Amino acid sequence: MAARPFYQDAVDDPYAYAARWKEKQQKPVVAHFCSYTPEELIWAAGALPLRIFGQSERIVAADTHLQSYSCSLVRGALEDALAGRLDFADGFVFPHTCDSIQRLSDIWRLNVPHGFHLDAVLPVKLDTPSARDYLRDIVARFGRDLGHNLGIDISAEALAATVTLYNRLRAGLQALYRLRSERPAVISSSAVHAISRAAMVMDREAFADGLDSLLAELAGCEQPPATRKRLVLSGGLCSMPDIYNLIETAGGDVVWDDFCTGSRYFDGQIGDEQPWLAGIADRYRERMVCPAKHMDLTRRGAHLVDLVAATRADGVIFVLLKFCDPHAFDYPYMKGMLDTAGIPSLLFEIEDQQISAGQVRTRCEAFIEML
Amino acid sequence: MTTPDKTIDEARERRKIKCVKKMKEIMTHYYIDAKTAADQGKKVAWITSGGPVEPLIAMDVIPVYPENHAAMIGASKMGVDLCIQSEEMGYAPDLCSYARADIACAPVEGGPIGGLPRPDMLICCNNICGTVLKWYEAQARFFKVPLFILDTPFCHTEFSEEARRYVRRQIDEYIQFLEQHCGRPFDRERMNAVGRLSIEGQRLWQAVLDTTTHKPAPMSAFDAFFHLALIVTLRGTQTVVDYYTELLQEMQARIAQGISAVENEEYRLLWDNLPIWFRTRWLSEKFAAHNACLVADTYTSAWCSSLQYLREDDFVDTMAEGYSRIYLNIGVDAMAESVMAMIDKYQADGLVMHSNRSCKPYSLGQYDIQRIVREKKKLPTLMIEADMVDERLFAEGPTATRIDAFMEMLKAGQNGARA
Repeated sequence: MAARPFYQDAVDDPYAYAARWKEKQQKPVVAHFCSYTPEELIWAAGALPLRIFGQSERIVAADTHLQSYSCSLVRGALEDALAGRLDFADGFVFPHTCDSIQRLSDIWRLNVPHGFHLDAVLPVKLDTPSARDYLRDIVARFGRDLGHNLGIDISAEALAATVTLYNRLRAGLQALYRLRSERPAVISSSAVHAISRAAMVMDREAFADGLDSLLAELAGCEQPPATRKRLVLSGGLCSMPDIYNLIETAGGDVVWDDFCTGSRYFDGQIGDEQPWLAGIADRYRERMVCPAKHMDLTRRGAHLVDLVAATRADGVIFVLLKFCDPHAFDYPYMKGMLDTAGIPSLLFEIEDQQISAGQVRTRCEAFIEML
Repeated sequence: MTTPDKTIDEARERRKIKCVKKMKEIMTHYYIDAKTAADQGKKVAWITSGGPVEPLIAMDVIPVYPENHAAMIGASKMGVDLCIQSEEMGYAPDLCSYARADIACAPVEGGPIGGLPRPDMLICCNNICGTVLKWYEAQARFFKVPLFILDTPFCHTEFSEEARRYVRRQIDEYIQFLEQHCGRPFDRERMNAVGRLSIEGQRLWQAVLDTTTHKPAPMSAFDAFFHLALIVTLRGTQTVVDYYTELLQEMQARIAQGISAVENEEYRLLWDNLPIWFRTRWLSEKFAAHNACLVADTYTSAWCSSLQYLREDDFVDTMAEGYSRIYLNIGVDAMAESVMAMIDKYQADGLVMHSNRSCKPYSLGQYDIQRIVREKKKLPTLMIEADMVDERLFAEGPTATRIDAFMEMLKAGQNGARA
């Protein structure tokens, strides 16, 4: 029997994992919402950065604060907090992204009694010198506010060690994605997805070590011939992990993504030719943007077309969260750019985890058959 | 001898606001002017409703407001068709109906005025929402024109020093952008004059809105929804100052003559969120039938909500803060404070909230504001589920029933009306 994968606990129940980590390490847990959280600073401050995905499937308490036209991430996260499932967390960080997260921060501040509350009001545009300076200012300020709340000064040594760790961890994820793209048969896409999620939950050192061992192990695997259709996924976060199995069962291989819980998390390294804080801030301008940020008018669409070419993919599946406005606004133009490049695409709009697997399977099969 | 019908007609005629005609003329001229901008050698900039229009006025650029246009689309009940067209273009039906209507309108020049004049540039200020960023990006791709974004960091609990520096720098970038695309230098003197007119216009607009502190109110929020167009579109011009001066005089005269917006005003209500443009008349009559007047609203007052930060002698420097700290760019608790201050000021008996499917920054958080108002002010509140433009998201029957139930509760002196 195969050993339990190093990431499995963190994926099966991230909250239980983080609570156990806290108890064992006697260190704080800081929960947050998005890949724009400068989580390197949380780790450097000696705390565990925990990405909240919103677990609750049944929304009860959150319905008295949020309309039904909020996305499942926002409603699920608030439900988790109000139901006490996040009581172990020492604080919460809300980076400025979309209108819904922005208001979630206010509602959270007014209704979730425990934990410190930090807003990292990042710029919305990232393409000007003044935005670069403001972004650096906000990252530096976040470090100070965080240190104040945790009662420590983040040392230069801790920051340097963290940057090294994060660069290693991100390079590992990059290597894993590349491996998956080059030799899809050596590891399933659902495992790669699980590992990406674990990267946002686990003790970062334990994760980086686990990932490096796994990569060493996979390096020696034989490569069976690939005959399946290659697909790139596009969207924010995948709230439907089953989709990987459905795609694989339908004869497809997921070879890359542009998810914020996928490649946007590991995209880009922190450079060492400037102060660490500036390097952490600048990485956000160098990696691919989330649609809630402005870089230029077609960056995300061009990136997707490039990704398809680089990974020799046959098509793209958009997996969008219902009520996620920034992604829904980008979809028509991105699909248009794919159409122009002759790349077929399919759209799934997912409201919550209750979506019919049967329907998704049928559409996946039809799409892959057509490729 | 007068027949009863004639008496009713005369009373209705007496209640009509006379300035309406002038307002329609001004708006007609404004749109004709905008549509013939190229013939006059003028540039057209599309700008968001909360955006800094004053530098455009100072540069003789004609500002055009897709949001004002979308409101007209809603009021003329052309929203559904255009929203459907946008869905055919791939836009999700959950997106802002202003954005959907405008995006669908652009390629076909549809809507009540045959489309907006083509922009030479786009000015997007995200102090009202993140949606405008995506909307203006889409239009910049479609029209292939330059886009300037004024990024006003959200003020959850403060306007930080970092944000102040950032926004102030962007004001200079905005001026450089205009100089580049207009091909001439920015006139600081002219800008100062425009800034003064802007502040004067905002003060007059606030004064107009404040006339409803009088019982009975000489105008209602439904009137404010109409007269709002000028402070949004032509802020910083003499036209606005002259018009609101006249409107203010008319309101003062109505008070003196005992003319009220609602014939037998008994209940005074505060409205929250954008209007339901395709049902304003129906809603107005519905509340009036209960002798209720919507005496004020959080929406139209947003265009004078940051006057305290602006200085006439230094408009360019202070506009950074003024544009960052408007009503929608602040935390839910600050909004609740503002709502309660309005309840006191206008002596409102209840709060009517439009949970607007299109507008997340305005609507998410309303449930908490509602709770805070109920707890602290002990006032009944009503939540209406609807949309500002997309009629498919409005159910008249259930809404009527809820308004009736709310008004019954109000009449019975009970609190906490939330069906």
